Amino acid sequence: MLLAALVSVATTVTILAVLLFESLGFFEVVSLQDFLTDTLWTPLFDDPHYGILPLLAGTIVTSVVGLLVAIPVGTVSAIYLSEFASPRMREVIKPTLELLGAVPTVVYGYFALLVVTPALQLLWPDIPGFNMLGPGIVIGIMILPLVISLSEDAMRAVPMVLREGSYAMGATHLETAWRVVVPAATSGIVAAYVLGVSRAVGETMVVAIAAGQNPNLTWNPMEPAATITAYIVQVALGDLPHGSIGYRSIFAAGLVLAVMTFAFNILGHVMRKRFREVY
Amino acid sequence: MALPVDSAYTDSAGRGDWPKPLKAETCELSFYYGTRLVLKRVSVPIAECNITALIGPSGCGKSTFLRCFNRMHDLYPGTRYEGAIVLYPDSRNILDRGVDPIEVRMRLAMVFQKPNPFPKSVYENVAYGLRVRGIRDRRVIDEKVEQALRSAALWEEVKDRLSALGTSLSGGQQQRLCIARALATDPELLLLDEPTSALDPIATASIEELLQDLKRRVTILIVTHNMQQAARISDWTAFMYLGELVEFGPTKRLFTTPAKKQTEDYITGRFG
Repeated sequence: MLLAALVSVATTVTILAVLLFESLGFFEVVSLQDFLTDTLWTPLFDDPHYGILPLLAGTIVTSVVGLLVAIPVGTVSAIYLSEFASPRMREVIKPTLELLGAVPTVVYGYFALLVVTPALQLLWPDIPGFNMLGPGIVIGIMILPLVISLSEDAMRAVPMVLREGSYAMGATHLETAWRVVVPAATSGIVAAYVLGVSRAVGETMVVAIAAGQNPNLTWNPMEPAATITAYIVQVALGDLPHGSIGYRSIFAAGLVLAVMTFAFNILGHVMRKRFREVY
Repeated sequence: MALPVDSAYTDSAGRGDWPKPLKAETCELSFYYGTRLVLKRVSVPIAECNITALIGPSGCGKSTFLRCFNRMHDLYPGTRYEGAIVLYPDSRNILDRGVDPIEVRMRLAMVFQKPNPFPKSVYENVAYGLRVRGIRDRRVIDEKVEQALRSAALWEEVKDRLSALGTSLSGGQQQRLCIARALATDPELLLLDEPTSALDPIATASIEELLQDLKRRVTILIVTHNMQQAARISDWTAFMYLGELVEFGPTKRLFTTPAKKQTEDYITGRFG
C-alpha cells in the first residue's frame, strides 16, 4: 500500500525533475529576461523569439472567460442545491453534473469549435472561426461541476444553528442563504474557485482545437491565440529533433504552467483547511 | 377554537396564584414530529415582564415547546402543531394557518444553547435583525447597536473592536453578543434555550444577572436543565415531564412546596 502511494509521489517528483532539467538546457540558450519580456513566441521560425508573454496571455484570457462563466453560474447553482433544492431534486441534479465532468475534453473542444463559436458568430458576425471566447466559455462549463460540488460541500458544512439563528431574527430563506450561509462558507467557496482556476489554466484540448494555434499577444477574447498548453501539444505532435531548442522550449513552457497550477492548488488547499477550522 | 380567558385557569395546586398580565399563553399545545407526539396538550401562561422557566429532564419536550413560539419547527418537514399559542395584547394565535412565521419571528427573538454568532463583525451581528427589517439609516443602526450591546453588558468590552469577527470573542462574550443581537430589534418576548449550558460559571453568573436586569423591559421564557438556575432567576416555573406539563406555579412556591409528587422527586434530585 505504501508502495502504491509512493507511485504517485514518485511520478510528481520525476515530472518536476524532467521539467527542471530540460528547462535548464533551454535557459542556457535563452536568457530568463528574454523569456519573460519578449513579446513574440516564434521558436520554430528562422528568426526565433522566445517570449512566453503571448502564450501566457492566451492562457490568462481563456481562463478568465471560463471563470466569468463558472463563478456566477457555479455559485448560484451551489446555493440552489444546498439551500433550496428538495432532496429529490438534488438527487437528479448532482449525478447529472458529475456526468458533465465525465465527458471527454476532446468532445468539449469540438463543441466549442462547432457549436459555441458559430452561435457567437450569430451575435457578433465578425468573430473569427478560431477565437478565445468560445473555448473560454466551454472551459467555464467544464469546470462548473467542480466549482458547484466543492462550493455546495462548503455550504452544506455550515452548521444548522447558524441558519436557525438567522431565521429566528425574522430573515427569509433567501436572506439566510445570502447573508449567513454564503459568508460562513466563503473560504470553501473561494477554494472551489481556486481549484477551478488551476483546472482552467491547465486545460488543453479545448483551446488546442478551438482557439487557433498561433501565439498572439492580445487581451481581446474575440481574437485567436495559442495558450501554453496548446503550444505544447502542437509542438509535441510535430517532428522536432530530440534535444533541439524547440524541443526544450516545451519544457520551459510546461514549467511555467506547472508553477502556476501548483501555486493555485496550494492556495486552494490552504483555503479549504482554513474553512474547516472555523467550526 | 375559543380563545382562553385567563381567569378560567387555576393554578394546578388550586391556589389561585396565577400570573397577570399575560404576554402570551399556550392553550392545549400539542406537537408532532411525524406521527410521534412530543408535546401533549400543554397550557402555560407567560407573564409580562417576568421570567418564566421551563424545567424538566432531557427529552421532556421543553426545548420543543420553546421552539414552537417562533415557529422554528416550520423549517423541518413532517412537523405539526395543534392547539394555540396566543400572543397578547392582540390575542393572536400565532399557529393559525394564515399567520406568516416570519411575521411571528419579527416580534420574538431567540438565544440558542450554543452561541451562534454569524461569521460577520460584532457590529453586523447586532445589526442583522435591523437590516433584515429593511432599516438602512446608518445613524439609527449605530444607535440601536450600541444600545443593544449595552443592554447585553458587552459594550465596554467590544466598543473598540466592533469590526472584529463575532466568532473571535470568548464563549461568554459570544453568548452576550447573541443576546444583544436578539435585543436589537426590541422583541416582545425573548426565548432562551439553555443559554448558559455551554458557558463557565463566571460567564453564567454574568448572564443570569443580565436577565434580571432585562426583565424590566422584556418578557423572558427560558429553558434550563439547571434547577438552581431556574430557582435563582425565574418568577414562574413550569415543570415538564415526557411531553406533559406536570406543574406550573410561582417559582418560590414550586421549589418549596411542590403540589405534585413528580415535581418533588425531580427538584430533590431523585430522578432526571
